[in-house]
Amino acid sequence: MSEFNSLKPSERMKIPRQQAAEQAAEVRSGNFLEVSLGLDEVRALTEASRCLECKNPVCIEGCPVGIDIRSFVQLVMKEDFVGAVNKIRESNYLPAICGRVCPQESQCEEVCTLGKKHPAVAIGKLERFVADYEMKHNLFTPPVIAGKRPEKVAIVGSGPSGLTCAAELAKLGYQVTVFEALHAVGGVLRYGIPEFRLPRYILDLETERIKALGVEIRTNFVIGKTATIDELFGEWGFSAVFLGTGAGTPTFMGIPGENLSGVYSANEFLTRVNLMRAYSFPEYDTPIKIGKQVAVIGGGNTAMDAVRTSKRLGAEKAYLVYRRSRQEMPAREEEIHHAEEEGIEFLLLTNPKRIINDGNNWVKGIECQRMELGEPDESGRRKPVAVQGSEFIIPVQTVIEAVGQKPNPIIQATTPGLQTGKRGTVVTNEFQRTSREGIFAGGDLSRGGATVILAMRDGKTAAAAIHDYVSSRNNGNTIHRPETEHPDPAAVHAT
Amino acid sequence: MFPIIAKTDLSSTVSKFVIGAPYIAKKRKPGNFIMLRLDETGERIPLTIVDGDAAKGTITLIVQAIGKTTRALCGKKAGDVIIDVVGPLGNPTPLEYHGSVACVGGGVGTAELLPIATGLKGLGNRLYSIIGARTQDLIILEKEMSGISDGLYLTTDDGSYGRKGFVTDQLKELLEGNLGIEAVYAIGPLPMMKAVSHLTKHYGVKTYVSLNAIMVDGTGMCGGCRVTVGGEMKFACVDGPEFNGHEVDFDELMMRNRTYGDMEKISIERFENNGKEKSFK
Repeated sequence: MSEFNSLKPSERMKIPRQQAAEQAAEVRSGNFLEVSLGLDEVRALTEASRCLECKNPVCIEGCPVGIDIRSFVQLVMKEDFVGAVNKIRESNYLPAICGRVCPQESQCEEVCTLGKKHPAVAIGKLERFVADYEMKHNLFTPPVIAGKRPEKVAIVGSGPSGLTCAAELAKLGYQVTVFEALHAVGGVLRYGIPEFRLPRYILDLETERIKALGVEIRTNFVIGKTATIDELFGEWGFSAVFLGTGAGTPTFMGIPGENLSGVYSANEFLTRVNLMRAYSFPEYDTPIKIGKQVAVIGGGNTAMDAVRTSKRLGAEKAYLVYRRSRQEMPAREEEIHHAEEEGIEFLLLTNPKRIINDGNNWVKGIECQRMELGEPDESGRRKPVAVQGSEFIIPVQTVIEAVGQKPNPIIQATTPGLQTGKRGTVVTNEFQRTSREGIFAGGDLSRGGATVILAMRDGKTAAAAIHDYVSSRNNGNTIHRPETEHPDPAAVHAT
Repeated sequence: MFPIIAKTDLSSTVSKFVIGAPYIAKKRKPGNFIMLRLDETGERIPLTIVDGDAAKGTITLIVQAIGKTTRALCGKKAGDVIIDVVGPLGNPTPLEYHGSVACVGGGVGTAELLPIATGLKGLGNRLYSIIGARTQDLIILEKEMSGISDGLYLTTDDGSYGRKGFVTDQLKELLEGNLGIEAVYAIGPLPMMKAVSHLTKHYGVKTYVSLNAIMVDGTGMCGGCRVTVGGEMKFACVDGPEFNGHEVDFDELMMRNRTYGDMEKISIERFENNGKEKSFK
């Protein structure tokens, strides 16, 4: 037992928030190894002891999947690290991933009672610690699976929503098959998030644990092409389908010069590096070209990932070009901070106008315009307004556009009756039901671009709804259709 | 794992593969392609499905050893396996009854043309086919094309076989003859498709071309295969690969396809020098 257990609240508040060790910025910006090294055992115990063990644990409400945070932190305090990770796993089957990529600062840690006067409990780092502890000591035991059920459920896409939905349904005893278009499992966790934020072995291990529940994963299988949704219901014999195909189609700004060599979508750039390991060319076949100077356009997490990856590939100057100010950036504070530490140059209030041709159809620069903030727009953020006559040129040989993704249209185009909304998202209600009976959807496919944890929440919600749906069908009931259908998914998921 | 069931050499650099891929075999249509990855360190490349047998669960690919991956693939034999094959991708070629059509195949593009020509013939079209290549050794599928065509014309750049000259020389004659050709389907190297489109535009004959752009995933995810068609950005993988040849910006695509030229050379040299044993692993 830890000596911290007997501490009074006033004593707990005096303990400083424990920091996880990190690779030094000048070292890590030259490698793809993980930036944060996580808490060690002593620091984890110290950190857990900062928890005030509130009677009303608001942190749990702040967690999109409702992890029993108070209990797991108490278990850490008691040095029952395996108990702690299993407590998390009751609500979240991917703790090693969420402990790394969740924006805790705007969820559980934002509402933490301690955080009102002191730095909040480092819940995310504790989650990661117990998951890593279990992994390091090889202490994973698969959860108990309910009695096998005969019904088959198909999960389309092996990203965070799909894997979560698969795990939840497998625990309920369903026969679950995950269909993945790429050759590797994980969706955006694989092709999008770089290894320095989420090492590949973590993803591989979490995938193995999903398989340990009896889930079958079929890679190289494009639903809508290799088989349609209607065929999954028909000859394949699935009772329900969950769509978690994400928002994988890149959008471009539509400025002149975008088709020059040296211009990438962030998706292509990150896929080449993360999925295809282009950084190991020619040992790995897939090439990538990186200029001495690189400009990444955008202010979200994808932009941060791309610009930090550029630096690691050897760019001497890596610019982040964003048309609003730092305050409006949608990226996580931690990622912005890490990027700054790594020497990324932020060109804020700067809007790209055109990409300049070097005469051989390669990029040689990008013309930008200074912006200033005007009145708030529909997103509530102050709208950037161009400053006349402020055009200037940045010399770069690589331009990476990270200006948003939208859902891949293949399934929508091949599934009659599936209602779509703005920007090609699939419309769902609060139970993740779509307009087609037996088809559920979630994650970025229905949200149009959100976080890993919100995708996982959708996967969980959908799993419960699928369980209801299949059970009620077995009982011969007609399907209960909730009265509140939301034509616009944004209305459901306003955050 | 996708087994190579049979392999036949069609020329010194072109081989035909029958590959076990039952789901793809069932769904593929003329014009569809697959993405494949040979091994754990491999790249993903698109290849057109030339034929398939749903009952046997096989698809047929015809591959010319040009880049590193196609060379490695052509070094494989029946019994070897390919770790990843995914498809059928892209939109099927729009096949319809036009009356008389011309099908123009350049080099290994003839392989991609064969299922389309077969489909067009099946719809009752009168079919005039032109097969062109640099030299005689690279003329493939002459017998197969001859069997379905109402007229078959061969051209080689060096005159070693058939007519000396380009496919466009032959096509111009056909368009000027009173054959009533209403549509042209052209598949081959980009300069060939550009020349064909340029010619047919002059005659006002609808022309379909199949674009081979750089792809990573082949499912609309990377945007690497973006092409300008009719002034708009299109993705060859999901919006194509067939497009109206009169609207394609071929020059831009040819430039884009040269992006990794120097790195492709490094890959090929490395493969030819020391990587060969890899294909037998």
